[in-house]
Amino acid sequence: MTTKRITIDPITRLEGHGKIEIFLDEAGEVENAYFQIPELRGFEQFCVGRPAEEMPRITNRICGVCPEAHHMAATKALDALYGVEPSSAAKKVREMFYSAFYVTDHTVHFYALGAPDFVLGPTAPAAERNILGVIHKVGTEIGLQVINCRKRNHHVIQMLGGRGVHPVAGMPGGWSQAVTEEMRQEIEGYARENVEFALFSLQLFADVVLANQEYVDLILSDAFTHRTYYMGTVDENNCVNFYDGLIRVVDPDGREFIKYPAQDYAQHIAERVEPWTYLKFPYLKEVGWKGFVDGKDSGVYCTTPLSRLNAADGMATPQAQAAFEKFYETLGSEKVNGRYQPIHHRLATHWARLVELLYAAERMLELVQDPEITDPNVRVTVNTTPTEGIGSVEAPRGTLTHHYQTDENGILTKVNLIVGTTNNYAPIAMSVKKAAQGLIHNGTVITEGLLNTIEMAFRNYDPCMSCATHSLPGQMPLEVVIRDAAGNEVERLRQFV
Amino acid sequence: MSENGKPVRQAQDKPKLAMYWGAGCGGCEIAVLNIAEKILIVDEVFDIAFFPCIADFKVKDVEGYPDGYIDLCLFDGAIRNSENEEMAQLLRRKSKVLVAFGSCAYEGCIPGLSNLTSKEATLRTVYLDNPTIDNPDGILPQPFYDVPEGTLEIPVFYNTVKSLDQVVDVDYYLPGCPPEPHQIWAVLQVVVAALTQGAALPPSGSIIGAGEVAVCQECSLKKDEKVIERFYRPYEIIPDPTVCLLEQGLMCLGPATRSGCGALCPQVGMGCRGCYGPLAGVEDQGAKMLTAVASVLDVGKPGDDEAELERQLDAAIETIVDPAGTFYRFSMSHSLLRRAKVNGN
Repeated sequence: MTTKRITIDPITRLEGHGKIEIFLDEAGEVENAYFQIPELRGFEQFCVGRPAEEMPRITNRICGVCPEAHHMAATKALDALYGVEPSSAAKKVREMFYSAFYVTDHTVHFYALGAPDFVLGPTAPAAERNILGVIHKVGTEIGLQVINCRKRNHHVIQMLGGRGVHPVAGMPGGWSQAVTEEMRQEIEGYARENVEFALFSLQLFADVVLANQEYVDLILSDAFTHRTYYMGTVDENNCVNFYDGLIRVVDPDGREFIKYPAQDYAQHIAERVEPWTYLKFPYLKEVGWKGFVDGKDSGVYCTTPLSRLNAADGMATPQAQAAFEKFYETLGSEKVNGRYQPIHHRLATHWARLVELLYAAERMLELVQDPEITDPNVRVTVNTTPTEGIGSVEAPRGTLTHHYQTDENGILTKVNLIVGTTNNYAPIAMSVKKAAQGLIHNGTVITEGLLNTIEMAFRNYDPCMSCATHSLPGQMPLEVVIRDAAGNEVERLRQFV
Repeated sequence: MSENGKPVRQAQDKPKLAMYWGAGCGGCEIAVLNIAEKILIVDEVFDIAFFPCIADFKVKDVEGYPDGYIDLCLFDGAIRNSENEEMAQLLRRKSKVLVAFGSCAYEGCIPGLSNLTSKEATLRTVYLDNPTIDNPDGILPQPFYDVPEGTLEIPVFYNTVKSLDQVVDVDYYLPGCPPEPHQIWAVLQVVVAALTQGAALPPSGSIIGAGEVAVCQECSLKKDEKVIERFYRPYEIIPDPTVCLLEQGLMCLGPATRSGCGALCPQVGMGCRGCYGPLAGVEDQGAKMLTAVASVLDVGKPGDDEAELERQLDAAIETIVDPAGTFYRFSMSHSLLRRAKVNGN
């Protein structure tokens, strides 16, 4: 029997809504914890009837934090839908745009959402535990660096994509406008600053977090550790790629489990529905759903910066590769068959995010120096008959898949979306429960700082509930479950449409 | 004194700022952050009283504030479930000035397209019919559900997506999906001047942070008053990047949309979709756009009889795909249409 309930509502510093319910037993120990998503939106349904080519401009409204990811997944789904291969220049413009987005998105997460826990400490007063508190602590100069990093990259996003938030330039087979030499020169300067900023951020992490034994112990603690499968998109050399490649899944021991093109996603991923939350739980079909548990026999997988590093063999740019090696060596991973063993400590995700920040910055610099980047051949006319298209990218929060079916006029008849954060729903729920179990014991006073430490369990995933809650059902009827003393279900009364 | 030697801010002296999201995407919050270094001025001038995206305050903190404690509340996102409506009422009570911030709160925005479908269809699609669904028992999320440890509750969803002013009184409307940062900053300066220097605020009910004319009037593309015989899908032609898109047969809602964004989309060769809402004095953006379409379409040639003209006009109209979802892309909840009748809803 439960004697006490603790509710954290709303969960702050994640993008969207969320609620955690923790149930204690009579002894004051955690009996169970539920991470509920109280909101859904109707994109998969209300996009039906819309012209497919509008999807890059409609689905970016799934999430204002990562509209570029939905814009790009939708644009790539349109390539597949119309069977048109973009020119090499168009692909490079898209990837350069996408790299600028990664730099700003990973920067926002690290400094505004993740850093308050480390720079100020998890038990700092609530009023100071935010980005402005971080600036007050580390100084306005660093704060301005963060602000300027966001500013120049959103400017690049607007230059290339048309708008700073909710871009518009993605089209089937290309991009609506080419890059001029004047734009190229301006962007090259920003890309150089991005590389410097990423290196600075990695140094800051080393100084503030890695140099503090208390934080290192917290990162390595069992309370924040889970052994799951990991997913990420890789290039032909099995290096991390955000824009394109094959989707690779490794098992908890670091062995490749599957590698597949995006259009095969439905053969490998299934989504489970639970009655106590509006969000679905994706899992690996070949392994099966075994509940909220760790290990090789459970189909739970994870798609975060840490997951992408674990799923890949390395980084495609030199300084990011060096940062990748330092990450695994420092955290005690050993190489088996030429690959580092996966790191399962979830709080290391913050560090992995900075390794990816450096890769995005270096990749942006490579692309802006590519002679082809100013090729005007980026927009094409399309006259094929559409039927079905699937596109995916790595959103910052995980593999993002858009799947469209249309009539012969390109009007959508079916839409399925598996978004970054949704992939991570089961691992987040598990992390929240485990952190609660590790930190709340009989006699422990429930202080606000303790609850924030539990929130840290999910915050490292950078969950974006705006993304995850892309469906909106209407009003829903009540369901009553009657259980006997042993908790067994004896009757279920359901009143449904 | 704080650790770095700076004086601790005097919380009680500064005006209080809140920003909250209903059913939105978080893009309005990103747009606020995009005022860049000016965010430090906002930090100097205001104390944050509630801002779940970036600061650790909980609902219980807001409930504890006296009524009218928050000087300025920016509410973004639409109203689509019981929680959104309860929070709107709570923040209305606690705030002196409540702003419907961005297209969702102002007019329903993209989520308002849900008003073109039904809850049954949405439930079926999301939880039962999609290609990756594993749900043999046909489970649907329930507002109240008994787990072994107790009852879990999630909010009740509404049939119809509503704008903020359809559930509480709103002082000002700030259009855009999202509002452009320079407009946000202009509005914040007006509010700060009012709060700190006693300057006058705009009349209640005003649309702020936007222009008074059509997007076309701030668009640099060349207009020749040319007429067209049909519309093209954006991928069917490569437009001249210097010429009005509508006059090249590409759908652009510029004539029916309020200025303020700087006509950003047409500058990169993509038509406006109307995120700044209807023109001043126009209630229904879609109806206004129909008028604009009628004035740009010209079919037939001298000597065609009426039946032939009608046939050609119908053929031209046929080239406009999804008129409801295009003309009301952002304004469905606030339009005269408000929602489509689907399955008797």
